Amino acid sequence: MKKSYKIEVDCANCANKMEQAAKSTEGVKDAVVNFMTLKMNVEFEEGADPKAVMQQVRKACKKVEDDCEIYL
Amino acid sequence: MNKKQKKVLRRILLSLALLALITALFALGVLPENRWLKLGLYLIPYLVIGYDILIKAAKGLRNAQPFDENFLMAVATVGAMALGEYLEGAAVMLFYQIGELFQSYAVGKSRRSISQLMDIRPDYANLPGEDGALRQVDPDEVPVGTVIWVQPGEKIPIDGVVAEGQSTLDTAALTGESVPRDVGEGDEVISGCINMSGLLKIRTTREFGESTASKILDMVENASSKKSRQENFISRFARIYTPVVCFSALALALLPPLVRLLLQLSADWSVWLYRALTFLVISCPCALVISIPLSFFAGIGGASSAGVLVKGSNYMEALARVRTLAFDKTGTMTQGVFEVSGVHHSAMEERQLLELAALAESYSTHPISRSLQRAWGGELDKSRVSEVQEIAGRGLTARVDGKAVAVGNDKLMASFGIAAIPCRSVGTVVHVAVDGAYAGHILITDMLKPTAKEAVAALKGAGVERAVMLTGDSRAAADETAKALGVEEVYSELLPADKVAKVEQLLAQKRGRAQVGFVGDGINDAPVLSRADVGIAMGALGSDAAIEAADVVLMDDNPLKVAKAIRIAKKCIRIVYENIIFAIGVKLLCLVLGAVGLANMWVAIFADVGVMVIAVLNAIRALRVKKL
Repeated sequence: MKKSYKIEVDCANCANKMEQAAKSTEGVKDAVVNFMTLKMNVEFEEGADPKAVMQQVRKACKKVEDDCEIYL
Repeated sequence: MNKKQKKVLRRILLSLALLALITALFALGVLPENRWLKLGLYLIPYLVIGYDILIKAAKGLRNAQPFDENFLMAVATVGAMALGEYLEGAAVMLFYQIGELFQSYAVGKSRRSISQLMDIRPDYANLPGEDGALRQVDPDEVPVGTVIWVQPGEKIPIDGVVAEGQSTLDTAALTGESVPRDVGEGDEVISGCINMSGLLKIRTTREFGESTASKILDMVENASSKKSRQENFISRFARIYTPVVCFSALALALLPPLVRLLLQLSADWSVWLYRALTFLVISCPCALVISIPLSFFAGIGGASSAGVLVKGSNYMEALARVRTLAFDKTGTMTQGVFEVSGVHHSAMEERQLLELAALAESYSTHPISRSLQRAWGGELDKSRVSEVQEIAGRGLTARVDGKAVAVGNDKLMASFGIAAIPCRSVGTVVHVAVDGAYAGHILITDMLKPTAKEAVAALKGAGVERAVMLTGDSRAAADETAKALGVEEVYSELLPADKVAKVEQLLAQKRGRAQVGFVGDGINDAPVLSRADVGIAMGALGSDAAIEAADVVLMDDNPLKVAKAIRIAKKCIRIVYENIIFAIGVKLLCLVLGAVGLANMWVAIFADVGVMVIAVLNAIRALRVKKL
């Protein structure tokens, strides 16, 4: 399953870091962060609960870049 | 500028003023040269501009992010302060913030200008209320089959069919060309066009989300999510670059002094520490990381303003490398409709022969009859025609102005024992006989698009080395079209599966990074479009299959756009490489100069901020595609 989320982040490298953080979160099969359109496209693992996984993704992103936001 | 940016700008100006004042006071000798006084005074502008960076650095440290650029900037500036370089410490922080502000402003601006280019998103739909007044509703809430009203000057929000009204539509926002299109009752209209003259009542045939405008916007917005090789390279590079530079900085601070101590020289700790701090200032990969996706984003945005939709950064790259281009004939290079292209061996005025044939065929709706009628152009007085008799597979006979007229193919002529003169040109030949005598023939062919020949020539100019025509048409027709276009390689009488096989052959023959493109009109060639490295669909206004299957979509059916698309892609990729080479080059140069002590922190901050500013400005150039 794929979902798209709106994000808020200031610098392009931070967006890359968020992408890495999201990718390595449990339950995420693949994630792409698009800095130009400020969107995060997440592909979830089979059977994962997107809501719970996205909470983790948000936490992981906050950790690498304090100044970011994912609108769930 | 938004609120956040304005706040940063105020801090920058305040800090800049303070810094200038303090520096001037010390330089003029108004203030005494006291180390502690200096530190105290310079700390004011430093903290004004850098307090948030210091806070973020502390947070990054807590979250175990040692290579966070805030942290690096904090270490570099605090280090400079500790070494007694107060002005430099404060100035580096100031320039870093100026760079960040510029970057955020430039990115925001290009985001806006690209969404302006794609200004096709309709905000509302008009529904007639009971009292006759119009009610504006969210287009998302309009069910299929509703009649919506579009007033002059408004955008058509949803695809549909004109139920009532006449008008002219401006399709410029979709195709990049302002060729007005006349529409009337029963015509299909697509969302995103602007109604220019009269009130149109449109019965919607799709939901808003499925309408052309929504689909195009969705595609453009998601295009930069398909990342190109260069973008992936840069994110990988950024991930190793910062740690490598940081460890080099550490090595630079420790190794040379230790070696010097062993050699019983003075260690010069502060000199090497300063050089190491210079490294940290250059360690941020920002210029690269921002300028590459920005170049692609601007390129894709610019292309869509020219009516060329590129579905991903990766296709932008592939498009720039197209060296072999295969294309379909019918509908791509030709108009796909049959037109009278000549009247030969006529026993009378050519116009007269055409009129005679058109009159005889005036009761028929056969495509050939229609093209005869269209070529004649005038009103046909059907009362002049009588005794029409159709002869299936051959043509027809009729009495026109009292004369016995036979219009049809060779077989029809043979059946009357009339010697027909065969035509040397390729196409459908319509022979005409009057009162049993041969009167000449009319040639009907699928006409080349007016820009087709120019388009093939332009491809060569855009770097395409090999142009190949693939067509299902007969060999004679294919060869003639190819000759007219100046294409040397033609494969004719191909079934759709054969076209796939041919493209696979071309794919097998390509060398190096060269790519194989295929251009089609989206009808019957979806498999080929998806098989080629770059599938280019043409004239996609309203054709869903083509939009789905292709990697690049040309909004109108002008073949010249193919070369333009390639030129846009080439410009974009050139800018990408310029930025990669420029940014990495300057940074490496500054690292080397910094290590040997030739570059100080001022040079380093230029390498960081200056390069980023230049790279961003260069990236925005990809947006300008009008003159390509």
